[in-house]
Amino acid sequence: MRIEPFNEIVTAFREQIGRICAQYDDSFWLETDESGVFPERFVADIAKAGVLGVAMPEIYGGLGLGLVEAAAIMQTISGSGAGFSGASAVHLNIFGPKPIEKFGTEAQRQAFLPPLIAGTDKMCFAVTEPNSGLDTASIETRAERDGAGWVISGRKIWTTGAQRANRILLIARTTPRDQCRKPTQGLTLFYADMNRAAIDAKPIPKMGRKAVECNTLFIDGLRVSDESRIGAEGEGFRILLSGLNPERVLFAAEAVGLGQVALARAARYAGERVVFGRPIGMNQGVAHPLARAWAELSAAELLVYKAASLFDANAECGAEANAAKYFGAEAGFRACEAAVLAHGGMGYAKEYQVERYMREAMIARIAPVSREMILNYIAERVLGLPKSY
Amino acid sequence: MKVLVPVKRVIDYNVKARVKSDETGVDLANVKMSINPFCEIAVEEAVRMKEKGLASEIVAVSIGPAQAQETLRNALAMGADRGILIESDMDLEPLAVAKLLKAAILAESPGLVIMGKQAIDGDNNAVGQMLSALLGWPQATFASRIEVQGERAMVTREVDGGLQTLSVPMPAIITADLRLNEPRYASLPNIMKARKKPIDMKKTADYGVDLAPRLKVLKVTEPPGRKAGIKVESVEALVQQLKTAGVIG
Ligand SMILES: Cc1cc2nc3c(=O)[nH]c(=O)nc-3n(C[C@H](O)[C@H](O)[C@H](O)COP(=O)(O)OP(=O)(O)OC[C@H]3O[C@@H](n4cnc5c(N)ncnc54)[C@H](O)[C@@H]3O)c2cc1C
Repeated sequence: MRIEPFNEIVTAFREQIGRICAQYDDSFWLETDESGVFPERFVADIAKAGVLGVAMPEIYGGLGLGLVEAAAIMQTISGSGAGFSGASAVHLNIFGPKPIEKFGTEAQRQAFLPPLIAGTDKMCFAVTEPNSGLDTASIETRAERDGAGWVISGRKIWTTGAQRANRILLIARTTPRDQCRKPTQGLTLFYADMNRAAIDAKPIPKMGRKAVECNTLFIDGLRVSDESRIGAEGEGFRILLSGLNPERVLFAAEAVGLGQVALARAARYAGERVVFGRPIGMNQGVAHPLARAWAELSAAELLVYKAASLFDANAECGAEANAAKYFGAEAGFRACEAAVLAHGGMGYAKEYQVERYMREAMIARIAPVSREMILNYIAERVLGLPKSY
Repeated sequence: MKVLVPVKRVIDYNVKARVKSDETGVDLANVKMSINPFCEIAVEEAVRMKEKGLASEIVAVSIGPAQAQETLRNALAMGADRGILIESDMDLEPLAVAKLLKAAILAESPGLVIMGKQAIDGDNNAVGQMLSALLGWPQATFASRIEVQGERAMVTREVDGGLQTLSVPMPAIITADLRLNEPRYASLPNIMKARKKPIDMKKTADYGVDLAPRLKVLKVTEPPGRKAGIKVESVEALVQQLKTAGVIG
């Protein structure tokens, strides 16, 4: 496994993406964070550079590369200072379509993938529900057969980007839970038009990343054809699982990138700010938390690329992907927190960006799966401890 | 028409250059290096010519260490067709560079050479002019606009107090100024394609030209630090201060 330095392609990618991101400076992201306006121009530039198809097959307009490359790009985006405001604006188009690529029919791949890769289609991904939370098997959204198609009704929550999306990937129960051998059976995945006559999306006021909204969805009698079904009926949960590892790795890479930009800012400030006649960074009380953050971020980065390399080699990577997401999110957050504290009062001022980073860094600790569920996974699957829930 | 574009690997324009403690030069150890911005503009112009059907092939040539292959890859990702690297670990003077380029150009016989007006490391602004003299080709420097009309290139130059337009017969040497164009970002698919484009590896010895240095650098020092400014209350006070400082009479 080759981690550092990256190969020439990844290095060249990071450089070009870094240059594109450099056009979107602190004031741009500060403004989106205040206005809540989606960074459309930024996303158009990123799509034009061919980023969205990085991990998609070449026949559909992608680059046919893997998770290592995608993670390196996402780390670069968030690490440019764009943070999750920038990363989440493109994240979904990159790995969201994986279930379509892996489990869709050839006709579905040909119809659905090219516009997602080009960025002309925008998708949202609706799994979480208000009454089921992390227990996906207990979702209440139902899809009922209706002639040749399906009718879907239910509620979703936290669906990112639903205001802007024209497509929705959603999971619904197609066989009642009590008629299934296991609760995780009887769920089916659909990729449908974001038909606003049947889907009402309401943004949720939230802590950070205002420019990329999250929504509560009310789905009432959404009619979809059977061609919208991805994979076999009743297999939705299993299909969903196959996409979880890459998604975790990307979140981890984004969190690490954010921690790194926070740390770079803090180190600069600590070197320049003079109090008691010396730079504050000359005090170990200021310097050590920053040095510790560097060590943690570096370790997290290794986990990210280890998990990504395993995934790209088609090897089992569940433990590594989960550990990367856990540790990357924690290291990213701690670096942001250390950065705020190193700035003193200015850490609380919007002007210095780090307070925004810290708010955004919380996202990776919660989504797409909580820290507790990751630790549950590791305790159970890696350490062989009994399941606790 | 074949267009040849020389490109140089230089310290990245965002990097704050530091002078070596022995004052022999700028410290380049572990410093980010990139394609010289003016060379990038030259590549962009050539690629636009190719897109308009005015150029048939773009050859990028770099003289520098093995890592300058990445600089060439950058040009290839933007749209150049192939590269030539003349490997040298020496810090070559403009005249030596011009002689090597002349030899490379005679071997390639392009219809036009577009290059940066200067490299941002040495800021010499010399190679284009020397090359033109060595080849006996016309030169049009500091181009802010290039228009090919048949056998001639109409080149607009930014000069004091206005714009000057030259008409030069081709082949010619044109050097690019900042406002000639805004270079594109190479897309990821083009970065991938660039990996497969050929780079011809040469050594300076292949060209049999005299590279002996003729200049001696005495020392390189940091510019003096800027002194803190002062704030004045009014325009009158400002005028008074400037008079006292001898800036205005
Ligand atoms: C910014 C953001 C964007 C999001 N985007 C999307 C999206 O696009 N699509 C989507 O479907 N979802 C999205 N989500 C939802 C996210 O995936 C969920 O919030 C997350 O999975 C947690 O689910 P929950 O909020 O229902 O928490 P709950 O399930 O209610 O859990 C609450 C807390 O209890 C803990 N807990 C619960 N059960 C156990 C247990 N057995 N053992 C230990 N601890 C336990 C959890 O770890 C957590 O800390 C997003 C969330 C956020 C914050």
